[in-house]
Amino acid sequence: MSRETVVNFILAALLLAVPLLANAVGQPFYITLATRIAILALAATGLNLALGLGGLVSFGHAAFFGIGGYAAGILATHGFSGEPLVFGLSGTNQMLVIWIVAAVTAGLAGLAIGAISLRTSGVYFIMITLAFAQMVYYFAVSWPAYGGEDGLSILVRNQFPGVSTMRPLSFFLICYVVLLAAIGLFALIRASRFGSALQAARQNPVRVATVGIRPFRIRLTAFAISAMMTALAGALFADLNRFVSPSMLSWHMSGELIVLIILGGTGRLFGPLAGAALYVIIEYALGGITERWQFFLGLILLGVVLFARGGLLGFIAGKARHG
Amino acid sequence: MTFALALEQLLNGLQLGVMLFLMAAGLTLIFGVMGLINLAHGSLYMVGAFACATVAAWTGSFWLGLFASLACAAAAGAIVELLVIRRLYDRDHLDQVLATFALILIFSEGTRWMFGSFPLYLDIPPLLQGAVPLPGGTQYPLYRLAIIAAGALVAFALYLLISRTRLGIRIRAGESDREMIGALGVDIRTLYTVVFALGAALAGFAGAMVGALQSVQVGMGEPVLILAFVVIVIGGIGSIKGALLGALLVGVVDTMGRFLLPKLFVLFVPPSQAGMIGGALASMLIYIVMALILAVKPRGLFPPAHA
Amino acid sequence: MKNLLSAATLALAVGASGLAVAEPVKIGMITTLSGGGAGLGVDTRDGFMLAIKQSGNKDIEVITEDDGQKPELAVQIADKMIQSDQVDILTGIVWSNLLMAVAPSAVAQGKFYVSTNAAPAALAGANCNPLYFNAAYQNDNLHEAMGEYANKDYKKLFIMAPNYPAGKDSLTGFKRYFKGELAAEVYTQVGQTDYAAEIAQIRASGADGVFAFLPGGMGIAFMKQYAQSGVNIPIMGPGFSFSQDVLPAIGDAALGVKASGQWVKDLDNEANKKFVADFQKEYNRLPSLYAVQAYDAAQLILSAAANADVKDTEAFRAELLKADIKSPRGNFKFNTNQHPIQDIYVTEVTKEGDVLTNKTVEKIFTDHGDAYAKDCKM
Repeated sequence: MSRETVVNFILAALLLAVPLLANAVGQPFYITLATRIAILALAATGLNLALGLGGLVSFGHAAFFGIGGYAAGILATHGFSGEPLVFGLSGTNQMLVIWIVAAVTAGLAGLAIGAISLRTSGVYFIMITLAFAQMVYYFAVSWPAYGGEDGLSILVRNQFPGVSTMRPLSFFLICYVVLLAAIGLFALIRASRFGSALQAARQNPVRVATVGIRPFRIRLTAFAISAMMTALAGALFADLNRFVSPSMLSWHMSGELIVLIILGGTGRLFGPLAGAALYVIIEYALGGITERWQFFLGLILLGVVLFARGGLLGFIAGKARHG
Repeated sequence: MTFALALEQLLNGLQLGVMLFLMAAGLTLIFGVMGLINLAHGSLYMVGAFACATVAAWTGSFWLGLFASLACAAAAGAIVELLVIRRLYDRDHLDQVLATFALILIFSEGTRWMFGSFPLYLDIPPLLQGAVPLPGGTQYPLYRLAIIAAGALVAFALYLLISRTRLGIRIRAGESDREMIGALGVDIRTLYTVVFALGAALAGFAGAMVGALQSVQVGMGEPVLILAFVVIVIGGIGSIKGALLGALLVGVVDTMGRFLLPKLFVLFVPPSQAGMIGGALASMLIYIVMALILAVKPRGLFPPAHA
Repeated sequence: MKNLLSAATLALAVGASGLAVAEPVKIGMITTLSGGGAGLGVDTRDGFMLAIKQSGNKDIEVITEDDGQKPELAVQIADKMIQSDQVDILTGIVWSNLLMAVAPSAVAQGKFYVSTNAAPAALAGANCNPLYFNAAYQNDNLHEAMGEYANKDYKKLFIMAPNYPAGKDSLTGFKRYFKGELAAEVYTQVGQTDYAAEIAQIRASGADGVFAFLPGGMGIAFMKQYAQSGVNIPIMGPGFSFSQDVLPAIGDAALGVKASGQWVKDLDNEANKKFVADFQKEYNRLPSLYAVQAYDAAQLILSAAANADVKDTEAFRAELLKADIKSPRGNFKFNTNQHPIQDIYVTEVTKEGDVLTNKTVEKIFTDHGDAYAKDCKM
């Protein structure tokens, strides 16, 4: 086992242990905090697929995060009120259905946005993805049907077969399992031929093209899968907060997702989890100490970029094996 | 719709465009020469506005404030460049995004720490108060005309600086070949600091000019920052000419969209709904325009020849 | 085992009710203390803490945290305060979008929420809740007052608000009372800083007055630009647009503007004189609407805590409903939907020495409630 594998294993175990312990001693808030970490890590794992493996720096993944959130919010609202949604279809409060709708919607949005954005590269790509996210953001802010800027409350957390989702620990376990599944999928993709082609397209697009692979298709597929994963996280995030609002779609959110990945270690399997854990803990701890917490958060982030290259995992587990 | 109203809105678009150009010119210069994405550019805009408001309140003179905004923003830019930015030139865009994102947090909370939580007062200088008559029988604020003039002047000065001066030659050399100018014996480190401070001063100048028209408060730079990025991406990153045309395009499209789209929708739906739908579409409009332009020209309207 | 537990709980409950008055009350204040909207949160916190400090009540504990004006963060803090700090009452949120994220789920978990400002229509009507109190107003109120006032002098108005729910509530409330003609109804972008395009439309609209709801930085920008435009059509708006927190930044451009408020600094009652003097003494600035609202929210909680145990939800709620306080606003009581019934005034921006502030012009509504109370079934 490499050092990184050990660290990964410890991270996964810690994330599970803390809520169990918190549950045992009757401190449910730490379960909520761990759930938040798991969900943000899931969103960032999605982005990591595009950004870490494919080198596609999307500054607009908040769009997919928000689409997932709104899918959950809108379906749950209609499920609760009984009003039909569109074409006589009704809403639902079943998480499994919501997840599928969220992922498919975001996947389609990802295909559309990706198809246009992937014509560009570098800074242009960063900015065009931002532009698309801003469009979705302003649409959500000014569209009155689902709360506009005020957002949408989900009165009762959605259901999962055989589990009481209102119990913090149960809901955490759902998110935890989904996160591990997503990390597993990330590992599979990275090791697959598709994943190799994706990484090769990042490192040397010309060579990939000469062996007959079209980088555009590979990147587009990766971008869409990445969007779906992030949307799934968005749906869970909506259920965690029992609330969705346009701020899930804001450019700050896109920025935060990137921050999580870099904090943890770009392109690494458990980088997003390490980053999310570090970020949430810093935010929580500083927020309790001083109202100037954003100032110190800024200093810490700056310190990480300047002095701890490769993020937290790079710092603990040494240089990454791959590019 | 009358001719006077259309003319007034066109001037408004022009003024917004000119202001965006001041921001975008610095951004695009910094990217063109150093290859750096600077998200904290909006913070320098804020620094300019706060410096101007503070000095104007002390001395009673807007003009001293304006001078202070240039000096403070340039100084802040130079310090940030020496302490932080300098270490980021050979990093990828990702690290630059994170580091300058962190700088936004530090600048915003730092400013609030120093100046408190309430917006500051900054008024237009007496010389530029009031409105002047326009053809068509309407009136237009003198100060907005002054902004347009100042922007045009800065654009011209930048053109001269880059095409006629030694510094300009080095900047152009830096844009086309970074290793080359080092080999030519130019002190790159100083050049970079100077360029960064120049960009910062332009942003600070814009912040001070606009601060007199708006609210001088923490976070004021962020909406402008995003618009400035839209501008340089449309124009072609690294191109001053592109930044100018992109800025005017964004300014006019945004203003005209907000003005015309609700009127357009009145033809189809009741007025209060038209206002909402038109307003919603208007706020998305420049991003739609940007996506369309990039879909057709992936490197903007005026991509610099080399990159 | 189960019996033993419930016996223990019973014993605890008995013990608690026996000590009703001395039972400590834990209050969680979530408000905006960083970023562009921090001024409102700072006034909210300071107004609230002034009442707590004056009461000298050592059994009240207030935990304050900054929400950064982000709904997600507000939710996280609320979770922490409820689950970890075990607060009894939440309060302090400034913005309706943050309130909508926090309040419904807080009351669903059996906690009181006493709003110091945000008052969306969504929580005043059919979705009202026994544990949700609003100590400020209902969103539409101040706009309704201006609508009523405008009937006197204006025939054709240009009305304008940001394109978000509170903005729509605003224009809806205004139109509910204004009987004249509308020259145009314009929705601007949230956070918009340049109003040149709208000012040009005002100039061309042929309106004889403008009603604008633009809180915070938006209002500052609009007023400064309007003053330069050469347009002389009179402006009016709800109190938030011309509250004490933004007036210094607008400057003389605000002079003479008519606005509405359920509180004015010069209201002639003892409680108000004392409040204004104490606030100035404590914080060295004039209080804003937000400070008064928070001050009253704290007074309401203090008055209820003096007579009931906060753990006894029914009793505590009944005490809150009595609204047994001396509000700087004068008359104050709760409606059936637990939103205020109060007087509303029209004010004018004026100068006292070098300081811009509002003075009372007339009382426009007496004992005014809101339009949603009839839908609230509690």
